[in-house]
Amino acid sequence: MKITANLMHFKELNEKVRNTPEKSVEIDNCIGQRYIASGLSNKDIIINGTPGNALGAYLNGANITVYGNAQDATGDTMNDGSITIHGSSGDATGYAMRGGKIFVRDNAGYRAGIHMKAYKEKIPKLVIGGAAGSFLGEYQAGGVIVVLGINNTTGKAPVGRFCGTGMHGGKIYIRSENEPENLPAQVAVRKAESEDMNEIEDLLKEYCDNFNYDPAKIINKTFYVLTPNTKNPYKRLYTNN
Amino acid sequence: MAINYSIPEFEIVRNTDRCIGCRACERQCANEVHYYDPDLGKMMADDTKCVNCHRCVSICPTRALKIVKNNDTLRENANWTSENILEIYKQAATGGVLLSSMGNPKPLPVYWDKILINASQVTNPPIDPLREPMETKTFLGKKPEKIERDKDGKIVNNLSSQLELQVPIMFSAMSFGSISKNAHESLARAASELGTYYNTGEGGLHKDFYQYGPNTIVQVASGRFGVHKEYLEAGAAIEIKMGQGAKPGIGGHLPGTKSIGEVASTRMIPEGSDAISPAPHHDIYSIEDLRQLVYSLKEATEYKKPIIVKIAAVHNVAAIASGIARGGADIIAIDGFRGGTGAAPTRIRDNVGIPIELALASVDERLRQEGIRGQVSIVVGGSIRNSADVVKAIALGADAVYIGSAACIAMGCHQCRSCHMAKCNWGIATQRPDLVKRLNPDIASKNLVNLVSAWNHEIKEIMGGMGINSIESLKGNRLMLRGVGLTQKELDILGIKHAGE
Repeated sequence: MKITANLMHFKELNEKVRNTPEKSVEIDNCIGQRYIASGLSNKDIIINGTPGNALGAYLNGANITVYGNAQDATGDTMNDGSITIHGSSGDATGYAMRGGKIFVRDNAGYRAGIHMKAYKEKIPKLVIGGAAGSFLGEYQAGGVIVVLGINNTTGKAPVGRFCGTGMHGGKIYIRSENEPENLPAQVAVRKAESEDMNEIEDLLKEYCDNFNYDPAKIINKTFYVLTPNTKNPYKRLYTNN
Repeated sequence: MAINYSIPEFEIVRNTDRCIGCRACERQCANEVHYYDPDLGKMMADDTKCVNCHRCVSICPTRALKIVKNNDTLRENANWTSENILEIYKQAATGGVLLSSMGNPKPLPVYWDKILINASQVTNPPIDPLREPMETKTFLGKKPEKIERDKDGKIVNNLSSQLELQVPIMFSAMSFGSISKNAHESLARAASELGTYYNTGEGGLHKDFYQYGPNTIVQVASGRFGVHKEYLEAGAAIEIKMGQGAKPGIGGHLPGTKSIGEVASTRMIPEGSDAISPAPHHDIYSIEDLRQLVYSLKEATEYKKPIIVKIAAVHNVAAIASGIARGGADIIAIDGFRGGTGAAPTRIRDNVGIPIELALASVDERLRQEGIRGQVSIVVGGSIRNSADVVKAIALGADAVYIGSAACIAMGCHQCRSCHMAKCNWGIATQRPDLVKRLNPDIASKNLVNLVSAWNHEIKEIMGGMGINSIESLKGNRLMLRGVGLTQKELDILGIKHAGE
């Protein structure tokens, strides 16, 4: 099914997407309609244009491809499925994700991957091709965040400030010749070893497939890995009263 | 070793004439207060470990035990009270943030106790609930601004989704993790039987309790634990937790030691990992952002569930509530500074937030002034202690109330305020299997049903006395209230007259 969004209200657009029996949906000229595909499963959705905030919130297995940029809170609390963005995404991308994959070809805004978590076989993955804003992976409790820094010429790691503050699970990979600076106390940093890279090899290949990059050029570089120092960052904070 | 300056808060008094040395107290005390001394051939107690939960007193077969306040005092001083001094000793020894639980215990004013209810005399006669029909059913949710009719003049149903309550009392949010599975089961079963709702809190919904979905409010907090499509669809309503009365402005940390077994699997996090709910939702920095979360939840559940936004009662609560109403919420839940908690920093619990009575009155008034009172229902909690508090809350403008501490007490909680120790001897605020099994959901759910049914009858009697036969006629009916011993400012905020006026 093909829908031309234009000035259609989000409620009407989302109803159409939700209620069509067809598995494939293509939305043309999307101009900021919010909450597209929230909670959806078993659909393949292509969006041409700019979807609004909370694209794929609580996504439950549907696959979304955006030809354009996405706005804030993309994939908020998503559970399963994939979101592939041929462009950049806004703040809080992948907030509290618990499963599925998000691929952002270019940059992501502030607070990407905040409070991602993992449980047993459900390991969410967020790949950002360019740079990520500040507060990347704050309170991360699980899952994998990868920042590739493609075309990064800043001479610094492609992450902002306060990366991984309060992190207590999961892993952040940063592709950079330079070690990320000013990391908070809760985070341990080291160069990725071959076992680390094995864990994300398929993920990186998928990113390259999606956006036509040569995997050899992406993978064979220095990556830093950020992990939490402890699962219980606030254990010694309290005294029983 | 440094000298331990602490003094036991309580003293265990054992009547040795009655004690038969059965050691039941020793087996029942998770705090390991009681022990048998084989050399002395008698039961002894370590007072320092006692939290005065009264488990041993209640189960002692010969009534040999009592627990009294320790009359050993530091030198008396109205400024430097023993409490202030002992807390400094604790922090000087450990460097830790003081952690407490349950509601604010300080002697701050309880306005419920300074408000009196009216009754009819001679004119507009009282109604006897034993022989007249009395309505305590209420509906929560956005009410339509106007009646719409179709071309035949028939009323069009333009009502958005509502919660139907047989009694204006719901069980407030307590997560599985902060309380036990048996406590959750008791609340769920009681809510089903009573035709009201219990609230999952932020710990997800155990798979065994999906069956109680029609009487469940599922919560979405900043940690988003256990939040997924099936969870959102399981409940009758979704509550966004922005704040909690016991700890406004503070998130939650379920320590890794409690995040084990089914608690971890229900939250969908690895066992032993801290479950951290940050203080803010990191996608909410404005009313517009809140509106976005409200609508993303509505979209994900196809507008079938009312959305509740829960906040703590704080200084600007009226303006905040107005923003929430305009943000698209169907129901606003306001939690006063006496609301309970499984764990909160002592200083926050005891010093942050405002009384629910004042918050409720100012929110109701503000929404009326702005002409948007009908857009939202108001639910208040923290703390409602009895049916008179319920009546006063509704007359001040609430649509319904939440009870948490009172519900725990109905299940056997003795308000020892030690939930954060996770060793609740009554099987409520603990995850230790041997303690959890002490709480029998068959009995506890019955106790909850009894409590709410009794309150419901009392509410009918009080309403009948005022000559009011439905809860809807009581709502916001402040003429039925008078203050006693309150300043003009307090009366103005409460919107009531002084007794005698």
